[in-house]
Amino acid sequence: MVPEATPTSYYGHPIIKPPIWKPEVGVYLFTGGLAGASALLATAARHRGNDVLARRALLIAFAGVTVSPVLLIMDLGVPRRFLNMLRVAKVTSPMNVGTWLLSAAGASTGVAAACEVLGILPRVQRVAETSAGLLGPPLATYTAVLLSDTAVPVWHGARYELPFVFAGSALASAGAAAAVLTPARDAELARRVAVAGAVTTLTGMQVMERRLGDLAEPFHSGPVGRFARAAKLLGAGGAAALALGGRRRPVAVAGGLSVLAGAMCERWSIFTAGRVSASDPRYTVEPQRRRLASGG
Amino acid sequence: MSGTIVTHDIDIRSHDSDGTPRHMGFFTDTSICIGCKACEVACKEWNHVPEDGLTFTGESYDNTGSIGANSWRHVAFIEQLKPLEMADSQGTGGLRWLMASDVCKHCSNAACLDVCPTGALTRTEFGTVIVQSDVCNGCGYCVPACPFGVIDRREEDGRAWKCTLCYDRLRGDMEPACAQACPTKSIQFGRIDELLRIADGRVETLHARGESQARLYGADRGDGVGGFGAFFLLLDEPEVYGLPPDPVVTTRDLGRVWSMAGAAALTMIATVGAALLRGRR
Repeated sequence: MVPEATPTSYYGHPIIKPPIWKPEVGVYLFTGGLAGASALLATAARHRGNDVLARRALLIAFAGVTVSPVLLIMDLGVPRRFLNMLRVAKVTSPMNVGTWLLSAAGASTGVAAACEVLGILPRVQRVAETSAGLLGPPLATYTAVLLSDTAVPVWHGARYELPFVFAGSALASAGAAAAVLTPARDAELARRVAVAGAVTTLTGMQVMERRLGDLAEPFHSGPVGRFARAAKLLGAGGAAALALGGRRRPVAVAGGLSVLAGAMCERWSIFTAGRVSASDPRYTVEPQRRRLASGG
Repeated sequence: MSGTIVTHDIDIRSHDSDGTPRHMGFFTDTSICIGCKACEVACKEWNHVPEDGLTFTGESYDNTGSIGANSWRHVAFIEQLKPLEMADSQGTGGLRWLMASDVCKHCSNAACLDVCPTGALTRTEFGTVIVQSDVCNGCGYCVPACPFGVIDRREEDGRAWKCTLCYDRLRGDMEPACAQACPTKSIQFGRIDELLRIADGRVETLHARGESQARLYGADRGDGVGGFGAFFLLLDEPEVYGLPPDPVVTTRDLGRVWSMAGAAALTMIATVGAALLRGRR
């Protein structure tokens, strides 16, 4: 008689329900991070008196906070009820906190961008820009809490590293986007931020994968693995180009686009790794079994 | 609250005599489930739950597959090449059949309720967890938050649905439809404390009869979700039934995770600040 295989699940069905969020949410991870870090970059550039860079970073942030809510509303099952998000304030729901953050950051960035483009109300602009700059970083990192506050094995397992991965990725995107759109002599701050962000996020990914152990498997195979590899190559290559040859515009444009593409691939790999890990009952059962065996 | 409605020897009234709501729940004793699916049917009838696809899965007698937006009770059928352990069983040819009616666990610490951004998910006066369908905007956050894969979004209307533990019936001191329909008392409804007492006795009985694998699942009030409002008696490991062996409410470490997100945000500011100090422009 064939020995019975150790059953880990019921006919191989997933134990938890895989996330049902549409690709729009994966794209939002990128646009929200880009917007938040760009607002911070704009405020820093203004502080230094670099209005050329500040203007571009502010407009990039504005584009980010304009696209983001559209992506999120498109994902809802009942889009016309999107305002229900704001009927409560609830710290146990990262999505609720994020909606308040995005609303506030969106309003500040919008006012600042309008003043900038129309050339009016400089004092209002300064207040709005500072507010956007302070709301930007939490806007860029709360999405890590959003993902990890679920039963999805990869996301939940990475809950302590993911905020730093997302923080670095957001800085890399913001610096790179600004470096692409800004004359090279005004873009040094942007390039530094892009390189520092890329280094942070690539290091964060390494730490995250090591801490995940067996749970990091999805990052090394299939489509998720391809995006994860592309993220590393594009991110590291682009950052190196910006650091070494960023004073020359064509190099800055190529390096910046490479960092941006790398950041998008990284967000997508993390977004889709969640679905892969949720769909296989092994990833849910085995860590729980180990936890029980170790008595904790 | 006049009159005494008592069936199954358990007091099923959801209120004390002075009208105070009680903490109510299910005890599903899978050792006496016969797989009739009356619970699935009764649930659908009472709650107007839509059809969930008429598919043939080939997985024993289970064509429901799993709990979802349109199946709030799900009877699992597990065929095992293991003889029954009970002393009085004989002649089953080494095959045993486990049947179990799964349902929303109505966790004491419910992840779905915690993460819901609109407040649509809420706890009732009976300690159960329900979705207010007039508030839910279908954000889908509760779906991957549930450690059991219970709650799901309904394609047709875009909102999240799950077992309400027949909230409407409880308000009228009636037992939930599935429990009333269950012909073997596998699904028992009552006050949690009373059910826990009954369940302990049942495990003792089964152990005495040689069913050494009988164990309660979700009865421990100190587990990762603070105990289930709907707990079970199982005859094998939870994962055999498609249940997680050590479920934890996903918000348990949320405070520390928020701190990490705050630290990461400060790191962003520090990074840009450092770049600012070192650069000329």
